[in-house]
Amino acid sequence: VTELLVWLAIGLCAASGLLGALFPRGTAMAQRLPVALMAAGSVAGLAASMLTLAFGTRRYVHPWPVPGGELSLRLDALAAMFLIQIFLIAALGAVYGLGYWADDAHGDTARKLRSFFGLVTAGMALLVVAGNAVLFLVGWEVMALAAFFLVSTEDEDPAVRAAGMVYLFATRIGTLCLFAFFTVLHSVNGSFDLHAPPIAAGSSVATALFVLALAGFGLKAGAMPLHVWLPGAHANAPSHVSALMSGVLIKMGIYGLVRFLTWFPAPPPWWGTALLAAGAVSGVVGVLFALAQHDIKRLLAYHSVENIGIILLGLGIGLLGRTWSDDAIFVLGVGGALLHVWNHGLFKALLFLGAGSVVHATGTREIDSLGGLSKRMPYSTAGFVTGAVAICGLPPLNGFVSELLIYLALVRACAHASGTLFAAGAFGAPVLAMIGALALACFVKVIGTGFLGEPRSAAAGNAHEAGRAMLAPMAVLAAFCAAIGLAPGLFAPALDAALATFAPPAGASHALAPLASLAPFTTLSAVGVALVLAIGVGLLWGRRVRAAAPATVPTWDCGYAAPTARMQYTSSSFASGLVELFSAVLRPRGQSPSLRGPFPAPARFHSHVPEVVLDHAITPSVRLVARGLVWFRWIQRGAIQLYVLYVLAALVIALLVWR
Amino acid sequence: VLTPLDVVLHVVVTLVAPPLLLGVINKTKAAFAGRVGPPVLQPYFDLARLFQKGSVFSTTTTWVFRAGPVVALVAALFAAQLVPYGARGAALSFAGDMILFAYLFALGRFFTVAAALDTGSAFEGMGGAREATFSCFAEPALFLGLMVLVRLTGSSSLATMFGAGLGGHWATTGASLVMVLASLVVVLLVENSRIPFDDPNTHLELTMIHEVMVLDHSGPLFGAVLYGAAIKLFVLGAVVVRLALPFETGVAVYDWAVFAAGMLGLAVAIGVVESVMARLRMRQVPSLLVGACLLSAFGIVLLAR
Repeated sequence: VTELLVWLAIGLCAASGLLGALFPRGTAMAQRLPVALMAAGSVAGLAASMLTLAFGTRRYVHPWPVPGGELSLRLDALAAMFLIQIFLIAALGAVYGLGYWADDAHGDTARKLRSFFGLVTAGMALLVVAGNAVLFLVGWEVMALAAFFLVSTEDEDPAVRAAGMVYLFATRIGTLCLFAFFTVLHSVNGSFDLHAPPIAAGSSVATALFVLALAGFGLKAGAMPLHVWLPGAHANAPSHVSALMSGVLIKMGIYGLVRFLTWFPAPPPWWGTALLAAGAVSGVVGVLFALAQHDIKRLLAYHSVENIGIILLGLGIGLLGRTWSDDAIFVLGVGGALLHVWNHGLFKALLFLGAGSVVHATGTREIDSLGGLSKRMPYSTAGFVTGAVAICGLPPLNGFVSELLIYLALVRACAHASGTLFAAGAFGAPVLAMIGALALACFVKVIGTGFLGEPRSAAAGNAHEAGRAMLAPMAVLAAFCAAIGLAPGLFAPALDAALATFAPPAGASHALAPLASLAPFTTLSAVGVALVLAIGVGLLWGRRVRAAAPATVPTWDCGYAAPTARMQYTSSSFASGLVELFSAVLRPRGQSPSLRGPFPAPARFHSHVPEVVLDHAITPSVRLVARGLVWFRWIQRGAIQLYVLYVLAALVIALLVWR
Repeated sequence: VLTPLDVVLHVVVTLVAPPLLLGVINKTKAAFAGRVGPPVLQPYFDLARLFQKGSVFSTTTTWVFRAGPVVALVAALFAAQLVPYGARGAALSFAGDMILFAYLFALGRFFTVAAALDTGSAFEGMGGAREATFSCFAEPALFLGLMVLVRLTGSSSLATMFGAGLGGHWATTGASLVMVLASLVVVLLVENSRIPFDDPNTHLELTMIHEVMVLDHSGPLFGAVLYGAAIKLFVLGAVVVRLALPFETGVAVYDWAVFAAGMLGLAVAIGVVESVMARLRMRQVPSLLVGACLLSAFGIVLLAR
C-alpha cells in the first residue's frame, strides 16, 4: 500500500499540470484540475509518509532496463520527514497559485508554470525515496531543470533571464559534483545501490566523498559561498515558486548531505568542524546581506542562506558529538537541525507567500515604496508578522524550538571535556545569538517600513487584501508554526525516528535517548501557552485603552507642521548603521550628493549592496576562463543535430575504451 | 532548598520592587547634583498617575503600536521568573532556560521597535534602528558571558549557573568571572539605555534611543512601557548582583537581605555612573560593546586548560 501511495503521489503531481493543459486556457477546469491533482497527490504522499513513520522502513525493488539502475525505493523515517515537507508546501503553493498567477492575468505562462510546478514536486519526491543512485539522479535532474523553467517564468525580463542562467550554471556544476560523487561511491560499493560504503570515515576515499558531497549538495542548499545563484533565482521567480524553492528545494541539498552522513558512525573531527564553520559563515554573512537588501524577496532569499547556516551549525555540532560518542550532543544537534529544516520550510514559505500578496497588491518589491499595508491588508500582515517572529527564533513559535535544541547541543559541548567540543560550543552559541539579533533587526526593518506607518507610494496606498485562495495557505502555514512552537513534544517522535536512521557505532547496539528526554518540551509548551494567554489579555486591555482614548492626532513630529509620508524612516536608513559597521564584508556602493549653498539644487541619493561573491569572485574568474577557451568555440555550432552526434561519438569511443 | 514561600516572594518582589530601583537612582543623581530630588517612591506615583490617564493615539498607528508595550512588559515578567534573586533561586527553572531568558527580551525588543516604526515618525525610526543595531553586539556579549558559567557549572539553567557553588568558582577562576562581570555590566547598561550609552533624561529626540521609541505612547500604555523597562533593569540587575555577591548564608532572611542590599547598591552605582560620566558619542557605542564581547571571550579562553 505504501509503495502504491508513493507512486500515486509522484505520478499525480507530475501529471497535474500536463492534464490541466488539455483544457482550454482560462477555463475553471484548466486552472482547478491541476490543483486538485496536486492536492490528491499530496494527500497520498503524506499518507505514505505517515505509514512509514508508523510502521518503519520499507524497501521495494523492481528491475529497470537502465544500465546500473534499479527501481528501488527506500522509505525510511528520514525520507518521510522530507516527503511531508515537500507535499505539504507544494500543495499549499499550488492553491496559492490559483489566486496569485491566474490565467486571465498571466496567459500562457500560467500553464507552463503549473506544469513545471508539478514536475519539480515529483522530482523532489522521487529523489528522496530513491534507493538507487541512477534513480536519485533522475529525480535530481527533473527537479533542477523544472526549477529552471519555473525561475524563468517571466522570461521577457532580462533580469529574470540572467537569474535563470546563473541558476542553470550553478545547478550543472552541482550535478557534475554529484556524478563524481556517485562514481566514487560505485567504485567502493560495486553497485549504484545507495547504502553505506564499506570504508572507514577516515580513509581518503571517504574524504573525497565528503568533499564532493559538500560541494554538490552545498551548492543546492545555498551554503556560503556557494549561494550565488540563490538570491536572484528566489527573487525573480513567482512567489509561490520562491516559497517552494526556498522552503523545500534547497533542503534537498541538506537531505543528500544528511543521507551521506548517516553512513558513517565515526566521522573524523574535521567533518563536524567544517560543517560548523560553513554554518557560522553562511549564517552571519547571509543575514548581513539580507539586512542590506531593498528588495523584499531578495531579502528573504538571503535569509535562506542564513537558515541553511543555522541547519549546518546544528549538523556540525551534532556530528562532533558523534565523533566523541556523546549521544546527547548528537541527538540535540542533528535533531535541532532536522527540526529547523521543517521549521524553515514552514515560516519561509509563509513569508514568501506574504511577500507575494504584497507584490500582487502593489506591483513592487521595493520595501521603500511600500508602507501602511497593515491597515489595507490586515490578514496578510498578520501572516507576515507571524512568519517574522518565527524566523527570528522568538518564543513561542517554532523557530525558537529548533534553535533551542541547537543551543542545548552547543551548551553540552561547551561543558564537555574535549577541547574541540568546548571551543565549538563556547563560540558557536554566541554566533547563533548574533545571527538571531541580526535577523531580528532585519525583520523589524521589513515590517516596520514595509507594512507599518503611512504608504510611501500611490501603489501602496491603493493596496487591497489578497483573495481567499492566497490567504488560506498562509493561515495553514501560520497554524503549523504555532503548533510546533506550542506543542513540540508532538513532533519529537518523528525526529527520533529520523535520527535512528544514522548507522550505530560498530559493536554497539544501544538505542539513542529520545529527544523529549533531553529537551524540556512540556515546560516549553506550558510557558508558551501562558505567554500567548498573557499577551492576548494584554492586547485586549490595549484595545480597551484605545477605545476609551479621547483623541486621535497625527504622529508627534516635534512641532513640525506638515509631515509627509516621505519623511518616515526608510529601510535603508534603518539598516545603514549595521551596513556601515560591516562594510568590509558587504562593500556597499552608493552615491551621496554634496549640497552646497543656502539654496542647493535638487539632489538624489542611492545606495546598493551587490552580490559580492558573484561580482567580485565568480564573474571575473569565469570571464578569465572563457577568454582562455575561446579556441574551442568552433565546437559550439548551436545545431542540435551536431550535439547529438557528439553524444553518439563520445559513447562509441567510451565503449571502445571500456572493452 | 526552594520553598513555596520563596516562589511566592519571588513573584511578589518582581511585581513590586522594580520601580524602587529607579527611585534610588534618581535620588543618587539628585544628591550628586546638590538637589533634594523627588521622593524615592516617585516612580510608583508616576505609574499610578499614568494608569489613570486617558491616551492620545496617532491616526497612523495600528494594533502593533499597542502590542509594543504589552509584549515588552509580559516578556519581562516571564523572564523575571527564570532569574535567581540572590541565593534563593528562581521561580521557574529548567535546562536551557537561559536561552528562553535572552529570547524573551528579544521578543520584547521586536515589538517595541515595530511599535516605534508603526508611528511613521523619523525620530522613532531612528531610535528603533539604534536599539536593533546595538543589540546585535549586546546579544553575543551576553551569551559569551553566560557560556563561561555554563563551562564552570555544566548547566544551562540560570538558577544552577548562579546557584550555590558560585563562591567556589570565584575562588578558582576569579579572573574569568571578573571579565564576565565587567562585560555583563556593560550589557546591563546598554540593554536598559543608561549612561554612557543612552541618557534617560535627555530632551533632544535626535540623541535618544529608548525614550524616542516610545515618544508617541501616552497614558496607560506609556505606564506599561515604564513598568516593563523597570522590570528589565531589575532582572538584568539581579543577574549582575548575584554574580558580584556569590554568598549563601543558608538562612532565607539573610539571603534576601544580601540580595536587597546588593540591588540597592547597584542602583546607587548606576546613579553614580550617571552623575560622573557623560554619554558616549553614538558611533563609539559599538566599539565598547565589541570590547565587552572580547572581554568575555578572554574569560572563555582562560578556562581552556
